Amino acid sequence: MKNTAFLNRSELIAVAILAVLILVVLPMSLDGFRLNLVGKYLTYAFVALGLVMCWGFGGILSLGQGIFFGLGGYCMAMFLKLEASSVENTKIQSTPGIPDFMDWNQITSLPWFWEPFKSLPATMLLVVGVPVLLAFILGFAMFTRRVGGTYFAIITQAIAAILTILIIGQQGYTGGINGITDLRTLNGWDIRTDDAKFILYFVSAGLLFACILIAYFVKHSKLGRILVAMRDKEDRVRFSGYNVSNFKIFVFCLAAAFAGIGGAMFTLQVGFMSPSFVGIVPSIEMVIYAAVGGRLSILGAIYGTLLVNWAKTAFSESFPELWLLGLGGLFIAVVLAFPNGLAGIYTSYAEPFIRKLMNKKPDILPGGNIPQGSPAE
Amino acid sequence: MFAEYSLPELGSIFVMQGFAGLILFSVFLLMALGLAIIFGQMGVINMAHGEFMILGAYVTYFTSQFFLNYIPALFSIYFFLAMGLAFLASGALGMFIEWAMIRHLYKRPLDTLLATWGLSLILQQLYRSFFGPREVGVELPEWMMGSIPVTDMVEVQINGLFVMGLTMAITIAVAFLMYKSRWGKQVRAVVQNRVMAGAVGINTEKVDRYTFALGCGIAGVAGSAFTMIGSTGPTSGQLYIVDTFLVVVFGGAASLLGTIASAFTISQAQSTMEFFLSGSMAKVLTLLGVVGILMLRPQGLFTLKVRR
Repeated sequence: MKNTAFLNRSELIAVAILAVLILVVLPMSLDGFRLNLVGKYLTYAFVALGLVMCWGFGGILSLGQGIFFGLGGYCMAMFLKLEASSVENTKIQSTPGIPDFMDWNQITSLPWFWEPFKSLPATMLLVVGVPVLLAFILGFAMFTRRVGGTYFAIITQAIAAILTILIIGQQGYTGGINGITDLRTLNGWDIRTDDAKFILYFVSAGLLFACILIAYFVKHSKLGRILVAMRDKEDRVRFSGYNVSNFKIFVFCLAAAFAGIGGAMFTLQVGFMSPSFVGIVPSIEMVIYAAVGGRLSILGAIYGTLLVNWAKTAFSESFPELWLLGLGGLFIAVVLAFPNGLAGIYTSYAEPFIRKLMNKKPDILPGGNIPQGSPAE
Repeated sequence: MFAEYSLPELGSIFVMQGFAGLILFSVFLLMALGLAIIFGQMGVINMAHGEFMILGAYVTYFTSQFFLNYIPALFSIYFFLAMGLAFLASGALGMFIEWAMIRHLYKRPLDTLLATWGLSLILQQLYRSFFGPREVGVELPEWMMGSIPVTDMVEVQINGLFVMGLTMAITIAVAFLMYKSRWGKQVRAVVQNRVMAGAVGINTEKVDRYTFALGCGIAGVAGSAFTMIGSTGPTSGQLYIVDTFLVVVFGGAASLLGTIASAFTISQAQSTMEFFLSGSMAKVLTLLGVVGILMLRPQGLFTLKVRR
């Protein structure tokens, strides 16, 4: 079968099953609080999806996806904060009309980089634009110099550290370690009510499916095949006349855009944004979502995110000490025993069984397997 | 920003901050040495390096407690024994980890990074469960406390001097081991061409295991030295891991001289700026500078030509 179609039949079925699960089964079976938690997990799934694109297909491991998640989230939070700190709401401050934490830090006028966040269209543009711009600068500087593999991972991690220190240090401009809190309305629509959270859940889910479709589109296009080829034998792709670094920059920017959207939806659903979602630890935790789901599987990333977060919530509620041990063990187990994650287990055990039931011949997976023989550099 | 200080004051500030920078340099270098061996020579990213260091620090703490309670007469020299024990403990753990985990992942460097991160989470939680979440500090023997006045305005702490001396001794020992001993020759041979090294009869697996153990052992000694100037908690290791990796990458992996030079540059830049700016801004500017330079010169300050 040629893979020129947008989605092949088995993928269409798989996406439909996930859609039924997220849009029908979960909202009907969970109460408001749990559903809001799932909504929060779905925002992480955006990041995991981006990681599948750039790590699984492109072979670029970024340990800084938290940066882009955080930037998207902060962009949204700045808009909401400005709306929440209108002159009427903040008339007890010495300078009314600016966010409360600025007033506490003796800042008397709105800094210039807050100005664009007065308008909603500009904010929506910046939610995607700021992460993509940063990703482009980073990608351009690194990939054109052929920095890759472990070096790239370390540098993205360092940038995550820098951004966290910067946000915490510049308390007057960013809200410091507490982050941007006390967010109330989106264009006059109160986001704190249960109804609003219910609607936002579906907005997140809808956006997530849009991103999933984009991911499938990229995967099945010629671009997707070049990405996989580049991951496995970079030099051969380069010798074939392709400019490898441009493809890498593109996929890194795409992952950043997904993460930015996820961050903005996170802010809307959770009602605040803080540096604890930006730094090294959350960034690397997001990698494990994609790894558990299967780094080569677009839908696996979504299931992986939901599963890991569900486990995290369940464990932290009953045995808080065990969670870190479990998470650490998960990292090691996924890497040593199941490098293709849940999706790998599914394709090697469940799928042959289903195929046998349906009496069909197996065909070759388009994503391929993780190369065991050659280093990722 | 210099206007409000007089010239001799400025001089003293630079000397004092330079000294603080030298202590930071020693800590960075001690941590980076172990990492430079593991990352530079073996290409393995050990995210749990900080936790190996903390293990050394805990060993030192318990040794000091033991001496304090049972043989207080010898308390003044406990540190030398503690350092040896820290080396052995971290080295043994490192050897076990190499056997259990790392050796399966040599072909997949990015996966090593994730697996060792998982290891670091497990070790942190184990430290927290067994040693408690509180930070612990060791009691220094009397001869290490206090400071030596150099001029009216400049004083140097004795424990700082001790850590510096220790760093120098360990660095020289490592340099000797890597470049003068037979074993170091084998390690370098394996790095340069693994297949050929195996063909001429070097047991590459054994060399890998001992190299990893040595790197971890040096991390343990670093942790031991670290207790002289700061307190230790289950998560202290994580604070330094990014800085340490930057030190190694900035210096150019696989180059001992580069590691020393970059640890010196980064620590001096940071501590000098810390006096004039807030601590967080100094750190941001230092790290940004390093990342910026790395983007222009990805191979680091000093490079070694290596056949892969």
